[in-house]
Amino acid sequence: MLGGLALSKSVKQVRAVAVTGATALMALAAYLVIEFLSLRAAGDVSPMLFTGSWTWFAPLNINLALGVDGISVVMIVLSAFIVFAGVFASWNLKPLTKEYFMWFCLLSTGVFGFFISIDMFTMFMFYEVALIPMYLLIGVWGSGNKNYSAMKLTLMLMGGSAFLMLGLIGIYFHSAPEGGQLTMNILEIAENNAIPHEWQYYLFPMTFVGFGVLGAMFPFHTWSPDGHASAPTAVSMLHAGVLMKLGGYGCFRIAIFLMPWATQELSWIFLVLTGISVVYGAFSACVQTDLKYINAYSSVSHCGMVLFAILMLNTTAMTGAVLQMLSHGLMTALFFALIGMIYGRTHTRDIRKMGGLMQIMPFLGVGYVVAGMASLGLPGLSGFVAEMTIFVGSFQHADMFHRVFTVMACCSIVITAVYILRVVGKILFGAVQDEHHKTLTDAEWHERFAVVTLILAVAAIGCFPNFFSNIITEAADPIMKLFA
Amino acid sequence: MELSYTVAVLIIPIVMFLFLGIVGVKLSKKTAGLLGTCAMGVTTLIAYASALTYFFGTSQGQIVDGVRQQLEVLDITWLQFTENLVIKLGILLDPISAMMLIVITTVSLMVHIYSLGYMDGEKGFQRYYAFLSLFTFSMLGLVVATNIFQMYIFWELVGVSSYLLIGFYYTLPAAVSASKKAFIVTRFADLGFLLGILILSFYTKTFDFVTLTSNPSAAITSAGGATFMGCSVMAWALTLIFMGGAGKSAMFPLHIWLPDAMEGPTPVSALIHAATMVVAGVYLVARLFPVYCLEEGTMTVITVIGCVTALYAAAVACVQSDIKRVLAFSTISQIAFMITSLGVARPELHEGVGYMASMFHLFTHAMFKALLFLCAGAIIHAVHSNEMSKMGGLRKYMPICNIAFLIGCLAISGIWPFAGFFSKDEILVAAYANSPVWGIWLSAVAGMTAFYMFRLYYKIFWWNNPDYGHHTPHEAPMTMTFPLIFLSLVSIVAGFVPFGDLVTWNRGVLHTQIVWAVAGTSTVIAVAAIALATVLYYKENPVPTKMADACRGLWTAAYKRFYMDELYQFITHKIIFACISRPIAWFDRRIIDGTFDLLANVTNSASYAVRKLQGGTIQGYVLVYILGAAILAAVSIICLI
Repeated sequence: MLGGLALSKSVKQVRAVAVTGATALMALAAYLVIEFLSLRAAGDVSPMLFTGSWTWFAPLNINLALGVDGISVVMIVLSAFIVFAGVFASWNLKPLTKEYFMWFCLLSTGVFGFFISIDMFTMFMFYEVALIPMYLLIGVWGSGNKNYSAMKLTLMLMGGSAFLMLGLIGIYFHSAPEGGQLTMNILEIAENNAIPHEWQYYLFPMTFVGFGVLGAMFPFHTWSPDGHASAPTAVSMLHAGVLMKLGGYGCFRIAIFLMPWATQELSWIFLVLTGISVVYGAFSACVQTDLKYINAYSSVSHCGMVLFAILMLNTTAMTGAVLQMLSHGLMTALFFALIGMIYGRTHTRDIRKMGGLMQIMPFLGVGYVVAGMASLGLPGLSGFVAEMTIFVGSFQHADMFHRVFTVMACCSIVITAVYILRVVGKILFGAVQDEHHKTLTDAEWHERFAVVTLILAVAAIGCFPNFFSNIITEAADPIMKLFA
Repeated sequence: MELSYTVAVLIIPIVMFLFLGIVGVKLSKKTAGLLGTCAMGVTTLIAYASALTYFFGTSQGQIVDGVRQQLEVLDITWLQFTENLVIKLGILLDPISAMMLIVITTVSLMVHIYSLGYMDGEKGFQRYYAFLSLFTFSMLGLVVATNIFQMYIFWELVGVSSYLLIGFYYTLPAAVSASKKAFIVTRFADLGFLLGILILSFYTKTFDFVTLTSNPSAAITSAGGATFMGCSVMAWALTLIFMGGAGKSAMFPLHIWLPDAMEGPTPVSALIHAATMVVAGVYLVARLFPVYCLEEGTMTVITVIGCVTALYAAAVACVQSDIKRVLAFSTISQIAFMITSLGVARPELHEGVGYMASMFHLFTHAMFKALLFLCAGAIIHAVHSNEMSKMGGLRKYMPICNIAFLIGCLAISGIWPFAGFFSKDEILVAAYANSPVWGIWLSAVAGMTAFYMFRLYYKIFWWNNPDYGHHTPHEAPMTMTFPLIFLSLVSIVAGFVPFGDLVTWNRGVLHTQIVWAVAGTSTVIAVAAIALATVLYYKENPVPTKMADACRGLWTAAYKRFYMDELYQFITHKIIFACISRPIAWFDRRIIDGTFDLLANVTNSASYAVRKLQGGTIQGYVLVYILGAAILAAVSIICLI
């Protein structure tokens, strides 16, 4: 695992190195899964595997503590996939290719580091490492109103991290019972369970909102449409595909895991907000005209579903949430990759100016339809599995409040169908809108490669969900027992 | 396990879909078509073997005390939600699924063969066959489902295959919007289905059909008398599930997608929108029939919706001018017969004859309606138009088609000895047994059916031919006429299949005989309706136009399908898009985003304001220093005093 990180850090030169790095990452991720499964099969039931800890700053008891459980394993696999596909999708990027890939790798380092940290401080550090390159990647290589978007995205997320940092410091100071050794280690904090209730009352919303901003929770989601619209293809892919998952993962790993009491007390507020996100994002997506805006709002809706499911506080919904992170990560990455490729050819993202692209670029067209089908929850692709797990999980709450919001979330499957089919019908089918488009070419080999990789991943989850859901359930179950 | 080879009926089509979908473009059209058709042929043989073994096999355990057992020949865990709630993929063989295997594979094979001729020369021929395979796979998966969630999975898959096939001519805007409409309307209905499943499974703790139906009263009581808005939650669950079925089966008011779906290629309409997919709703209710018949309220809802739809669709069919639209509305009306038949069925009424009748009619209707659609396809192929005004006198040019179409019309009108006579008779018996109101209602609609079918027939085959120009219509090629002949024969003999011995609600034997009081009356009505159609439409004459003029308002309303499409258009565009989506988008950009921008701007201007203090001018610093010192001094002096 660390080898993978070291490698990705050393990637500095050109595509060849980038591809080697990404492939190595994939290989290491696969190796990690196999090792993880064999250890679990051998009966190792400790919450985190492959743990390691290196003292960093002894006076405050900060360590570089690493370890993975089922949930982080699948998140790492997801990230590896998207980085891999992202490298291929930004094949022809100019100028400053070298610098671009450097930042890209720094970003991936942050992401991987975040998922394997079990120390709050290192986790937060990696979180920042993942966020800041975003500013430059959008500001330098972006398009459209990129300065504004980059600034907005960074500031809003930084605002979130400010909350988060306060929250984390607060947790740190109550991490042990009176007189005990304070710690940053998540597992130890959970075991001590020493955060007083009145503090949880403040710290929970702080950390939840802090991570929620990144998870595009209503009303802190507005960075997402602008940010995505301006970002270059691979950055959009990585951002929507992985970075937004940091939010969901963080909410779960820190806010909920460490403060179960406040979670139960306050979850209703956030259930309302995320419930709104789900429907609101979907309705907004219905009337957008820019492909990336549509997808960004759709992400608001789908990521809202992730947080929504996490707050349902039972194993099934939690498993669904992680599946949804996987599923949304892959299919949004696929969407953004395809949008990037289409934009690279037509030089417009306005759906009113496109039409009949299926005749001109059948490969990209079919890819887009598959991505759309995954997004609207077609069985056999990943979206269906995730959404159904979430709905069944959420429905286990018999009270009226949860029921109403579950039904509301279910409604999103219809609205999603509306905006997906609207776009597909508009840009792919029908007659060719613009004469100039007739001369355009279909995907090149590296683009095909990226698209096929992602489609296969989406189909793998959709066809063999039990493999993934078992890994996740195993990790989610002990944590959700806190709420039983 | 015995019969486990049935799984091949699922594997062959899905493999074919992937194969034709991925490498299809590299194959020649002929190879792709033949490959698809041969694979379908093999699938059909296996399905027949499996179904016939199920019905007539004598091996142990198949029939216990005169009751056919439900055989689960395959069961794989696909996704585990909780300890009890598990989605399995499996194959359940029982009378209705075995019957559906026969229906689906027969019609699908005929459509495969027919399309070799009909789709000849079309762009995307390989893609067409790939989609047909996908559809066949999904539909077969739906009928053999062992649990309700598996059914839902394949339910969505047939929906998407239908979407892809309706939008096959994707360069035509009408086809694109029709496919979109079909998908979204059925998706909306599926939302109900999903919620129904969630409620049902929450209380019964299972998705499994066998568990649910073998002890239906336990399923009903599992909710423990919980109610919602005055109705028991189980009634809600079952009604919501029925909503999913109503969407797929195009029941009023969710029927609006089906007439538009006729934009797809005609063989597709025959397969999906006449014979198989649209009866999925009927199949769903039949699947859960033992549970449904314990909820009296839901059964009434089903009956009423069925009756309303039957009448509505028949009325609209009487005035349409597009041949496929007439057939589409006729399909809606006939499916409504099946739904009503289930709605009026009770185990205690004639041993649950309604259930048997519904399945019987499903079977015969699939055959004769596929026949009618394939004939329509041949006609459209010959005259290059869907409009009846462009047809006429075709009996001279297309004799085989003429006879096949006539057989189809007689079958749907319920004339002895054609298939429709027997099945429709059983439906009417069941309806009269429940209440004469439903019986009389359905008899009337049956009369209308005979009327509009013969109106269609005469206008196409008997009227004076319009000017065909140098392009005289001619009989279709062999690949297209063979399915017509085959299905005609089936439509003649299908009525003699002893359904009462094979497919009944309790899987036992039902003793049926033709009730001549009912059958006689309905035959008289049908013959009278045909006679009326003959008088009015035998050849071109001004009487029908005058009649239409006499009640212009009603006629226009029926022609416009009683403005249902306009109503939906209003709701979706004027209410949902204009009053929900746009305000939300506006709110998002202006209010929420505006707030954050405002925050940023305030911070910005605050910084600018503060910046002036650090202007770098010594005088300014000194001034501030002196002022500050003075204030401090003043404060300390005041404090000291």
